[in-house]
Amino acid sequence: MAVDRSDIAKLAELARLAISENTADEVARSISDVLALVDQLQAVNTDGVAPMAHPLDAIQRLRADVVTEPDQRERFQAIAPATQDGLYLVPQVID
Amino acid sequence: MHQLTIAELVKGLRNKDFSSTELTRHYLDRIARLDPVYNSFITPTPELALQQAAEADRRLAAGNAPLLCGVPIAHKDIFCTDGIRTSCASKMLDNFIAPYNATIVENYLADGVITLGKTNMDEFAMGSSNETSFYGPVKNPWATDCVPGGSSGGSAAAVAAHLAPAATASDTGGSIRQPAALCGLTGIKPTYGRVSRWGMIAFASSLDQAGLLTRTAEDAALLLNTMASYDAKDSTCIERDVPDYTATLNNSLKGLKIGVPREYFGEGLNADTAARVQDAIKVYESLGASIHEVSLPHTHLAVPAYYVIAPAECSANLSRFDGVRYGYRCENPTDLADLYKRSRTEAFGDEVKRRILVGSYALSAGYYDAYYSKAQKVRRLIRQDFVDAFKQVDVILGPTSPSPAFAFGSKTKDPVAMYLEDIYTIATNLAGLPGLSIPCGLVDNKPVGLQLIGNDFAEGLLLNAAHQFQQATNFHQLTAPGIE
Repeated sequence: MAVDRSDIAKLAELARLAISENTADEVARSISDVLALVDQLQAVNTDGVAPMAHPLDAIQRLRADVVTEPDQRERFQAIAPATQDGLYLVPQVID
Repeated sequence: MHQLTIAELVKGLRNKDFSSTELTRHYLDRIARLDPVYNSFITPTPELALQQAAEADRRLAAGNAPLLCGVPIAHKDIFCTDGIRTSCASKMLDNFIAPYNATIVENYLADGVITLGKTNMDEFAMGSSNETSFYGPVKNPWATDCVPGGSSGGSAAAVAAHLAPAATASDTGGSIRQPAALCGLTGIKPTYGRVSRWGMIAFASSLDQAGLLTRTAEDAALLLNTMASYDAKDSTCIERDVPDYTATLNNSLKGLKIGVPREYFGEGLNADTAARVQDAIKVYESLGASIHEVSLPHTHLAVPAYYVIAPAECSANLSRFDGVRYGYRCENPTDLADLYKRSRTEAFGDEVKRRILVGSYALSAGYYDAYYSKAQKVRRLIRQDFVDAFKQVDVILGPTSPSPAFAFGSKTKDPVAMYLEDIYTIATNLAGLPGLSIPCGLVDNKPVGLQLIGNDFAEGLLLNAAHQFQQATNFHQLTAPGIE
């Protein structure tokens, strides 16, 4: 399925990316090429086939509901762009 | 020393032919002197390596050191390394100092293996040519106007140029085997879940698999013994004992049934590459194996299924890169939406953005069933092809890549042409099976890769088959021209 500039704008919003005006056509074309490739899947009969999430059909392991991680807040926040009083700083969200 | 394999280095260290410090210094000198040509390292770690080597020498002198103690290797920059920049070759993580080690890195450190540094790669492992790295492309030591393959191209070039005796790598659609083929190395992608993914920066979680690039199958076996482990921290890791992969290397191949899929020899395969693979089949026959034609009828759907599943998973995995807790943040954001959007737009490269957009499309309302769910159903059909084939044969053999290393820029304008580079490798990721590539000759003085695919957890058999081939041939001993 081909996508156009308005589809790209919508996708970019969903993905939190900005696509500049002068590249929108080129991006739309390359995404359309990829979608043309994957559209081959539509010709396959998959009636009765269960989607495969894990190749070995493994099931999710469960563990005891106990804390195993030590508190490393200072270590992790040392690599953050901006922190204060143990919190991550971002632009004001609520007036 | 840089001509020695890991197996020979282990012996040399034990015999005190050289110390780990001497060996490590030798490799660090080569990296400093020669890597400006290849660009295979993003972050060499000389000080850390020499500290680790001194400690390894102490353990070796004490007499109870693990087998690999004192051996230096390089790590692909997709694996988190405590206190060392882990960039995944992206501007997004250019300033990221990982606060912990990936489990495989931890496994190697526990065995006294030295970290020479972090190798270059395609950004977030997305690419087949190592041209999408924020730190610039890696050059193929066999032909510096050609790509080394991707995404583990830095690991492959470092080993091929003898800047490291081996390197860790990762494979989501062929990213170990294709660079192994293009650089004349042995590359193994184990069974999905055999090796922990904890601390490996996620691209497509149901396909990503850590593995190795080495010069010989014997070295791959030695290193896989340490890399493979059950890890409770990775919930997709399979709880299963790790066999000694070196114990079965010398098993006879008499009676081994090798399947050759007719779909791997069709249109698109370079004729000279096909001829080298046919020569390799004759070697296997001379070793006592029998050759059987098999069919993998859904092969042509592997690339389309992959380019739905991988982008869908990448769009979800890469949503964590939002400029809030770590990584790149844009200057002076006006509000939170602006912070997210500009941080991501300024820090991700074009290929990463393209895949995020395709993934967002495949997962968006109204398209999930048509794309993502459909691709997961086709994925089961692809796996079923292999399940059926492995009822008849023990190993599947074919080319790794459709042609030898290609020139820089020759496929960058056409993403679909680039995606078809992985046409023979992608299906094993979708099916979760182990795959391996070994050199089987040259075309235009560039290496050709032979791919062996095994059933679930058949790494030992693959390494055995590869080792026996390497005992009978010398393609793995060929060195790129100009490598001293």
